[in-house]
Parts: sequence; C-alpha cells; structure tokens
Amino acid sequence: MISRRQLLKTGLAGSALLLAAGFLARPDPDALRASDTQGLDTRFLNASDTNLLAAIAPVMLGLSLDANQLKALLFGVDAAITGLPLMLQAEVRQLLDLLGNRWGRRYLAGVKAPWSSASVAELHAFLDGWRQSRFTLLRSGYQALHGLINAAWYANPASFAALSYGVPAQGRILQ
Amino acid sequence: MTSPLKDPIREGLTRGWQVYDGAALTQDLQLDCDVAIVGSGAGGGISAEVLAQAGLKVLLIEEGALKSSTDFRLLESEAYPQLYQESANRQTLDKGITILQGRTVGGSTTVNWTSSFRPPVETLAWWREKHGLSELGEAEMLPWIAKAEARVHIGEWLAPPNPNNSVLEKGCSALGYSHGRIRRNVHDCWNLGYCGMGCPTNAKQSMLVTTIPSALDKGAGLLARVRVERLLLSADHKHVDAVEGLALKADTLTPSGVKVRIKARHVVLCGGAIGTPALLLRSGAPDPHEVLGKRTFLHPVVLSGAIMPEQIEPWSGAPQTVYSNHFLHTWPIDGQLGYKLEVPPVHPVLLATTLTGFGPDHARLMQDMPHLNVMLALTRDGFHPDSQGGTVKLKKDGSPALDYPITDPVWQAFRQAWRSMAELQFAAGAKSVLTVHENAKPASSWAEARTQIDTLPLEILRARVVSAHVMGGAAMGADAQSGVVNHWGEHWQLDNLSVIDGSLFPTSIGANPQLSVYTFALRNASRLASRLS
Repeated sequence: MISRRQLLKTGLAGSALLLAAGFLARPDPDALRASDTQGLDTRFLNASDTNLLAAIAPVMLGLSLDANQLKALLFGVDAAITGLPLMLQAEVRQLLDLLGNRWGRRYLAGVKAPWSSASVAELHAFLDGWRQSRFTLLRSGYQALHGLINAAWYANPASFAALSYGVPAQGRILQ
Repeated sequence: MTSPLKDPIREGLTRGWQVYDGAALTQDLQLDCDVAIVGSGAGGGISAEVLAQAGLKVLLIEEGALKSSTDFRLLESEAYPQLYQESANRQTLDKGITILQGRTVGGSTTVNWTSSFRPPVETLAWWREKHGLSELGEAEMLPWIAKAEARVHIGEWLAPPNPNNSVLEKGCSALGYSHGRIRRNVHDCWNLGYCGMGCPTNAKQSMLVTTIPSALDKGAGLLARVRVERLLLSADHKHVDAVEGLALKADTLTPSGVKVRIKARHVVLCGGAIGTPALLLRSGAPDPHEVLGKRTFLHPVVLSGAIMPEQIEPWSGAPQTVYSNHFLHTWPIDGQLGYKLEVPPVHPVLLATTLTGFGPDHARLMQDMPHLNVMLALTRDGFHPDSQGGTVKLKKDGSPALDYPITDPVWQAFRQAWRSMAELQFAAGAKSVLTVHENAKPASSWAEARTQIDTLPLEILRARVVSAHVMGGAAMGADAQSGVVNHWGEHWQLDNLSVIDGSLFPTSIGANPQLSVYTFALRNASRLASRLS
C-alpha cells in the first residue's frame, strides 16, 4: 500500500485516487429520497447527481434556497456542464459518480449519512476538508463544485437583487 | 426586446456575404482559395483585411459561432458559454490557472476589455538583444503601431475613471507610485461596462466590427463553427497541401460528422498561443529542434478585493481605464518578476467563481459587491532565467492542454503583488482587504494584511490564479534552432505557412496584448500580401 507521503512525492496522487474511484464506483449509489428535485428534465445530471447537488449547494452558497430556487440552480448547473468541452464533461461525470456512491461519500468525502440527510455541519466539514486538502485532486474537486454551483446561481437574474446588481437604465433597451 | 441599434453583421449577411455556418452544413464542403486563415481574432481579423485588400481570395475559419451586437444582451449566462473557450473556464493542465479566452468570430477582441497598450519598448529591446530579432527596431515598428491604432480607433478615454479604477489611481497617488490612464479602442462608447459579454452597441472596435466586415465586403469568405483538425502536409513535409476541419453542431462543441477541406496557396495560423501550437502538433508539422509549443506564456494574474466605504459598483462603466507600471520598472527585466497593476470589471458570475471561500462568508462578500474594489497584478513571465512559461501539449482527444507549472520566481512575484495591492487598497481608504487565496481572511489594516500575506502557502488551487493573455508557443526566432517562425511569422520548415497571432512572441509581452498582436499582424500580413500578389 502506497503511503500518502509517497503519493505526494511521486505526483501520482491524481491517478491513484482516480483508480480508487474506479473501485469505489462499484457499490450501489445511495438510495434516493423522494424530493422536489426528482424528475427534473436535465440533460447531464442524473437523479443521484441532483440529490447530491441539492444537498451541497445551499451550504456552498451560504443561502437557504426554496424548492423553485433549488430547481433553477440544478438547471443552471446542468446548463453550465453541457457548455463544457466533452473531455471536461467526462471529468465532471467522474467527480459526481465518485461522490454519488456510498463508499466515495463515506471515505473520500467523509460524510456518513446519505447526502439528503447529511447535516449542514457534516457537509461544511466535507467542503472545507476538500478545499484545504493536501491533495491537489481533492482541492480541484472542491473548486469544480465551487465553480459550477456559484456560476449556476449567480448567472440567474433572480440572484441579482441581493447584490444590488443590475444593468443600467440606458443598457436595458439593448437587452 | 431586441436592440434598436444597427448590427453590421446582420446587415452584411443580408448584403450577401459569403458566410458558412458549420452547424447548417449538411454535406462535406471543399473550397479553394489563395489564403486560408485559421482563427478570426486579433491576428486573423487583421490578416483577412490586409490580404483581401490586396486582391487575394481569403477564407477565414473560426471554431466559434458568428454572434453580433443583437446577440449581446449584457448577460454572463449567455456570454460565457457562447463566446469563450471552454465556457470561460479553460484551465492549465494542473488546473492551477483559469484562462479567459474568446472563442467566437473576432476571437478575444470581441470580448476583451478594450485596454490598448503599445508593445513595451523594453520588451522589444529584449527580443532584439536576447532573441536575435534585430529587425524589430523601434523605427521599424512605430509606423505599424500607428497604423494599428488608427485602424481600431485607439485613443485617450476622456470620461473619468469609474470608482473601481479610481481606487487604483487614488492608492498610487497616495503612495507615490507611477500610474496612468489606459487608452481604449472604442468609438462612441456608452460607458456601460459589459465589454466582456460582447459590445452591445458596436462601440468597441473589435475585429468583429472592423476588419472582418471589411474583408467580407471585399469578397473574403467566413466559415464559423468549423474546428480545424489538421493541416495535410506534402510527402516531403515542406508544404501544406490542405486544411481539414470538422463542422460543429449548434452547441459549438460536438462535430456533426460533416467535413470541410480547404485547398490554399498559403495558410495563416491565428488560433492564439494555445490553439496554434496545438494545430501544428496535431498535424505532425516538422519540429526538428523541438521548439514547438514550448515557451508558451500567460501573464499569470493574482487578485485582491477590498471593501470600500464609498459606492463602487465595479460592474458599471469602462472596465479598465487606470494602470500602474510602477512594479514593472522597479527591478531589472530579468530579475524579480515585475507586474502591471489594473482592475477588472466585476460581474456576479466572474466574482462568485473567482472569490475564494464558501458558505455565509462568501455570500456576505457577494452582497458587499456594490462596495467592492478588485485589483489585479499581471506578472511578466519569460524573462527570468528560472521562469520560462508553459508548454502546449495534446490531450488524448487531440484538444490542447497547456502545462504551466508555476515556478518559484512567479510565486515570489505573487506574494509581492498581493502586498502591493493590499497596500494600495488601504492607501485608497479600504475598510478591509481580502487577498484572493483560500487561506486568507479579510484584514482590517495594512499591517494585518501584510502579516497574513507573508505566511500564505504558495500552492495551486489555494491561490486564485487567472489569466486572459496567451502568448508564445510558436515563437519567432533568429534561426530554425531558436524559433518556429522567422520575424515575419514565416514557418522555418513549411514554405507556405505563416503564424500571425500572439504565439509569435518569444516572451510574454508585459502588457495587455491586443495592440501588440494587431501591430505584428499588420506588418506580417502586409509582407505576405506583397509576396503572394
């Protein structure tokens, strides 16, 4: 078994973790909780992804979202991913599959409860753990989630009022 | 509502321009021309006009879509996926640097922030002395600079800087740092501040509204949503026989299966410093001295945010009007890395994704947006002996990857730049300053900020590093050993191939590059026009 130090030194952290992800992807995903986010007509995200993102997004954003806002956010994430080159879409798929299965959630994210019932404290610890991880792969996983969720939320004009952001009057005729 | 303004692109299409949309092609297309130009940004746009003016039959091939003022609706949600490489999320191989680069007709000139700087004299001097490019004297370059400035209407910006830019000006005045006003390539600008989403009023004199319409009026053709896959080389590898492209579907991502093949007497590569070397690599272009793709440069950028007591509304008004070159001139050009200070326009998506941290801290900072000033430092790479930029490689699907390890001299420059920016922001009256780094917290005094900055770990995916300028990778060299092309952009091994874009530069340029690219493009395309006609 390769030690963490060796992993860092050899720079193989990325590929080794991805190998691990391959093994971890075997167990079944968490059972999905019936919720508002199921049955969304998304192009990229599956039910396991939306379940996971619906849990993480409010903690990432530091905002409480109602059902409609959550739906808009998930559509936004879906749109953001489908705008990426296909190779990058495949990387996002890997990340979401990794987090969406039981072992990945438990051992890489450190979240014991299924996503939909995880506490805010647990989710916060997961995000902060990856954000500050010594492994660049986990930090890049965090940054990918950070980027997608924030881009989706703040691209939505519904988020603008809280920022006092708006197109100036003379610009509005151009929209 | 649609814009009440004229749209020169839609008008030209009505007049019968020869424009193909890859997404609308249903069968393979074969075309012949004198010059095929790959990429329609600063290099390709200028080249198209110069060569079409000389009476040559020109075809301009662009991977992105043809979008114009009517489509530009001041919305980040539309602009980033439609107008930028990889939805404005192009990243270096280790994901350490995020790159803003245009991918639309007009390239980055359609979405840039209009900052116009002449090629710095110290950079040209360095190229003459250290890279053997003795032809690039000031007397040689000046007429081309003047011509480029006239072509895209570069001039003084007379309106006062917006409050975001004023913070930089105030800070520099307070600390005695040299600073100046940025010239812009605009005409009848409304001073809105949405340049990065495509100019909705056609005030920005980008390639989209200047050289490209002019070339199309002179009979040039344009293929949009066509990704050039490879150059077909002759058996002796001395000549480009044809250009092969794949038509893209309406998503501008997926090949539709329709193929495009263009035969041309001459081929000009203008895909930018990531795209151009990658195309040459994919094509198996001769590279006997292994210089292709090497020394590809960014101006790696770090950022600092400040909460100001006054209203800033950093999204509103001309985005970049003040700069400071103080720290470009503090150390020798090949010593400690210098940096140029500017401010970026701040809109919700760009801010939310760039801002570090998450949860309530992040949400609070977002809500402070009307009082936010953001400052940036562009570091000048490629001069220090231990800082030689990155390398363009190919991913397994053939798409480009820029391997750009951040070297120690660049990290040291980042730390120094964070200090400078925090000092400037406090000198301008900031209430608090946040270095854009995952380990930083808002500091309420310059002393507190400095102590914090001195201990920040210098690691990727903790420090937020971005860039908007791509240069090098198919550089000019005095001979075939030291460059991919000569100082005219002519390929050292392929006799009918030129490179006319930022990939020519043997170092980073040390300023926002559009005017430098225009200048070299005018000079080199003019030479090519006289060679071919």
